[in-house]
Amino acid sequence: MMNNTNVPEWEGFVTGRWCEEEIDVREFIQLNYTPYEGDDSFLADATDNTKKLWDQVMTFMKREREAGGVLDMDTEVVSTITSHGAGYINKDIEKIVGLQTDKPLKRSLQPFGGIRMAEGACESYGYKVSPEISEIFTKYRKTHNQGVFDIYTPEMRLARKSAIITGLPDAYGRGRIIGDYRRIALYGIDRLIIDKKKQKAQLDGEMTEDKMRLREELQEQINALGEMKELGEIYGYDISRPAKNAQEAVQWLYFGYLSAVKQQNGAAMSIGRTSTFLDIYIERDIKNGVITEAEAQELIDHFVMKLRMVKFARTPEYNSLFSGDPTWVTESIGGMGTDGRPLVTKNSFRYLHTLSNLGPAPEPNLTVLWSTRLPEGFKGFCAKMSIKTSSVQYENDDMMRDIHGDDYAIACCVSSMVVGKEMQFFGARANLAKCLLYAINGGVDERLKVQVGPKYRKCEGEYLDYDDVMEKFEDMQEWLAGLYVNTLNCIHYMHDKYCYESAQMALHDMEVKRYFATGIAGLSVVADSLSAIKYAKVRPIRDENGVCVDFDIEGDFPKYGNNDDRVDKMAVELVHGFMDKIRKHHTYRNGIPTMSILTITSNVVYGKKTGNTPDGRKMGEPLAPGANPMHGRDCCGAVASLSSVAKLPFKDAQDGISNTFSIVPGALGKDDAVFNGELDLDKLKNS
Amino acid sequence: MIGQIHSLESFGTVDGPGIRYVVFFQGCPMRCLYCHNPDSQAVGKGTQMSADEILKKANSVREFLRNGGITATGGEPLMQPEFLLELFKKAKTEYNFHTCLDTSGICYNDKNRELYTQILKYTDLVMLDIKHIEPTEHIKLTSQKIDAVLNFARFVSENDTPIWIRHVLVPGITQNDEQLYKLGRFIGTLKTLKAVDVLPYHDMAKSKYESLNIPYPLPDTPIPTKEDVIKARETILSGVKDTLKEY
Repeated sequence: MMNNTNVPEWEGFVTGRWCEEEIDVREFIQLNYTPYEGDDSFLADATDNTKKLWDQVMTFMKREREAGGVLDMDTEVVSTITSHGAGYINKDIEKIVGLQTDKPLKRSLQPFGGIRMAEGACESYGYKVSPEISEIFTKYRKTHNQGVFDIYTPEMRLARKSAIITGLPDAYGRGRIIGDYRRIALYGIDRLIIDKKKQKAQLDGEMTEDKMRLREELQEQINALGEMKELGEIYGYDISRPAKNAQEAVQWLYFGYLSAVKQQNGAAMSIGRTSTFLDIYIERDIKNGVITEAEAQELIDHFVMKLRMVKFARTPEYNSLFSGDPTWVTESIGGMGTDGRPLVTKNSFRYLHTLSNLGPAPEPNLTVLWSTRLPEGFKGFCAKMSIKTSSVQYENDDMMRDIHGDDYAIACCVSSMVVGKEMQFFGARANLAKCLLYAINGGVDERLKVQVGPKYRKCEGEYLDYDDVMEKFEDMQEWLAGLYVNTLNCIHYMHDKYCYESAQMALHDMEVKRYFATGIAGLSVVADSLSAIKYAKVRPIRDENGVCVDFDIEGDFPKYGNNDDRVDKMAVELVHGFMDKIRKHHTYRNGIPTMSILTITSNVVYGKKTGNTPDGRKMGEPLAPGANPMHGRDCCGAVASLSSVAKLPFKDAQDGISNTFSIVPGALGKDDAVFNGELDLDKLKNS
Repeated sequence: MIGQIHSLESFGTVDGPGIRYVVFFQGCPMRCLYCHNPDSQAVGKGTQMSADEILKKANSVREFLRNGGITATGGEPLMQPEFLLELFKKAKTEYNFHTCLDTSGICYNDKNRELYTQILKYTDLVMLDIKHIEPTEHIKLTSQKIDAVLNFARFVSENDTPIWIRHVLVPGITQNDEQLYKLGRFIGTLKTLKAVDVLPYHDMAKSKYESLNIPYPLPDTPIPTKEDVIKARETILSGVKDTLKEY
C-alpha cells in the first residue's frame, strides 16, 4: 500500500491504520481532532467578500421566486458529473467553486430516474425537454421508472393507485445515500481508485449473478471517480492527490458532493458529518499561520452558500408530497465519541454560525447530534442559535450512538447510517389507517370501491367488535407487509440497474450494510380507532354495497397522546407488530429491514386519500404527522403528549420517529433579556 | 392528609428553575388587582388530592424534570401549611425532587414560625412575590398589609433558604422608579437573595373574570414593553447594589 511518509499533504497528522492499510476516515478523525469545550466568543463575522457574494446569491434567489419558482432549466444536456463546463457566482471572490450546471440556479436535466418526471418538471415551468433526449430515454435507454413498471404486478399497481402504499420512489431518485465525501479530501481520487480496483480484482472465479453485478458496480464506481477528477480539472483543481490545506479540503469534499447531485436527483441528498473532519485541516492551517479565523469562517460560509444553492427539477405533485422543494442537505454536527470525548470542534460552531453570517435558512439542514454530555459551551450556543434562527434540528445521539458508533450521519431528516459503511434503500410508507379500513371492509377500498386487498371476510354486525376487528386487522397487515416489501424489492432492483448511484457508492466500502427502510403512516388514527372500538361503541354506517363509509361513535374513549397506557399500548403493539410482519419477508440484497414513523408533511396528502375512520376522523382530513397524537386530542399538556410518543419502541422504528411539536416561545421559558437566572451579587456590588 | 388543589401543570417553564411540575393550591387571602388566577382565590373549592397522588403524577414525568422539580404555587400554598409540609417532605425524602415555594409570604406570623421552619427544611427555593414596597400602596393593591411579607422575607433569609424575588410590573401602580428602587434597597438586605424576576403585567385573565362574572379590576391598564421590564429590573438592581455597598 501507500507509505505515508511520502504523502506531503499529510504533514503534521498523527498516523495510524488510516494511512497505511485501509480507507478509515473515522480513525483519522479520532487520532487528529481537537475537541473544543469553550464558547462562541472566537467566531468571526462574515467577510466583505462573503457579504458581497451572498448578496449576489440572494439576487439570484429573488429572481427565481419572481420567475415562479424556477430561474432556468436545462433541456438539452443530460446531467452527469462532467456534463457542464465551469459555472460561477463571482469567480474572483468565490473561495469554494462548483455549480450543478453552467449557471447559478439553473436546474439540471436528470432523466435516469424517469423521463416522464423530467419532462413533467420542465413542462410545469414552461420548458420542454429536447425531443431528441425524450426519444433516447423512451426508445433506447430504459429508465428506473420504466423498469419498475415493467415488473410491477397488477396488485402492486392497484395498491399504489389506492394509496395504501404511497410516496414510493418508483418514478424519481430514491436518495438517502450519503457518500463519504471526506475520503476525497483525505486520500485524493487516485488512492480511492486503487482501492476500488483492488476490490474488483478480488472478485474473480465463479461468476454468480451477485458477483457479476458487484463487478459491474465497482467499475461504474471507478468510472465515477475518474469523472470526479475531470470535474476538478474543469474548475482548475487536481483532486487526484489529497488536499493539502483547509481550502482544498473543503473544495475536494464539495466536488464529491457536487458529483453526487449532478448525477442524482434523490429524494434526500445529505452531506454527512463533515464539520469535525474539516476542523482538523483548519486547525493545522491556523497553527501554521496559513489562515486566520476570519478566513476559516469564510471557507465554511462559502461552502454552505453552495449547499444552499442545490436545486432539482421537480414536478408540482412531487413538491406537494414533500411540501416545498426540499433537498435535505443534512449535515450532522457534534455528538459524543465512543471514548467519551465530545466530537464538538470549533468548526461545529462555524457551521452553526453560518446562520448568523448568511441569515437563517432551511438548507443545509443543520442537525445537532444531541447528547446530555455535550460541552456546556456548545449546548448554550445551540440554544442561542435556535432562539435566534429557528433553523437547527436536534436528534438523540445517546440513542443512535449505541447502534451506529460515533461516525454516523443523518440522511434526510432522521435516517441514521454509518458514513461510507451503511446506506439505505428508501421505502416511503404504508398507510395503516387505510389497512384498518380494508380489514373492516374485506379488502375493498373505501374510496375507489374496488377490491384492492384480499377478499377476506368483512366485519359484520351493528357494532364493531374489538376482537373481531383485531383478528381481521392482523391478517390484513400480514398481506400489506408482504405486498409492501415486495413492491420495494422491485423498486430497488430497478434503481440499482438503471439509476445506480455510482458517485455516492464509490465513496463507500465495497461491503456495505444496506438498510431496507419501510415506514408507516396513520399511527395515531389507528391507535385511537382501536381504542374507540374497544372502549366506546362504534357503529359502522354502510353504503348500498355494504362498504363501511362512516362510523358513529357512542361514548368516550382514551386517546393516544395523553400518557394513558390503555391506548398507548395499542400504538406500541402496532409498531412492534407491523415491524415483525415486515421482518418475515425476503428483502432485496438482504437489506436489514427498518421502519420509520415520520411523515412530516406528506400526512396531508395521505389524509386526502383515506376515508372516514373509526376514531371520528373524516375523509380527507390529514393524518397526524409522524408519531404525533391526532390534532386536538391531547388534553393533558405537553409532557403527557411527549410521554405517549416516547413509549414507542425505537428498536422497531430504527429509521426514526418524528413528533412535530410547536410551542409559543413564552411557554418555553423567559426572555433572556428580561430574566437570565441567578445573580452574581459580588459582581453587582463591585460593578 | 388532603389538600385543596386548584390544578396541576406538567410542563411549567416559568415558575422556577428548569422544567417544573406545578401544583396550584386553592385559596388565597390576597385580592391583587391584577390577579391572573381569580378562580384560585376562594377557600374550600378545588379538587381534593393527597400528596402521594400528586407526587406519583409528577414522578411519572420525572425524566422531563431532571433540571427542574416541583413548584407549589396558587392560590397561596401557605394557607395549607400542614399539607404543604407533607408534600415537600415527601417530595424531598421519598422522591428527591427539587422543591420551590412560590408565595406572597402574607400568612406568616409569630405563631406559625415553628411550622414554617419545618417547611423551609424541605424547601430548596422560595420565590417571594413582593407586590408593592410602599405600605399604603400595598394595601390598595392587595387588600392586605405588607408587614407579614417583609417579616417572612427576613425569616427565610435567616433560615439560609435561597430566595428569588418576583415583582409584577404594572403601569400606573408599580411602574414607578422610586418604588422600584426602594424595593431594591430592601431586598439587598436579604443575604440569601439569588435572583430578581420582574414579571410584566398581562391581561390574559380577562376572559376568566368574565366567566366568573367579576368586573375586571384594571380595564385600562396597558401592558408594559420588554424595555420597560428591563429598565425596571435595572432600577431594582441599582437599589440592591446601593444596599450591598453599605454592608
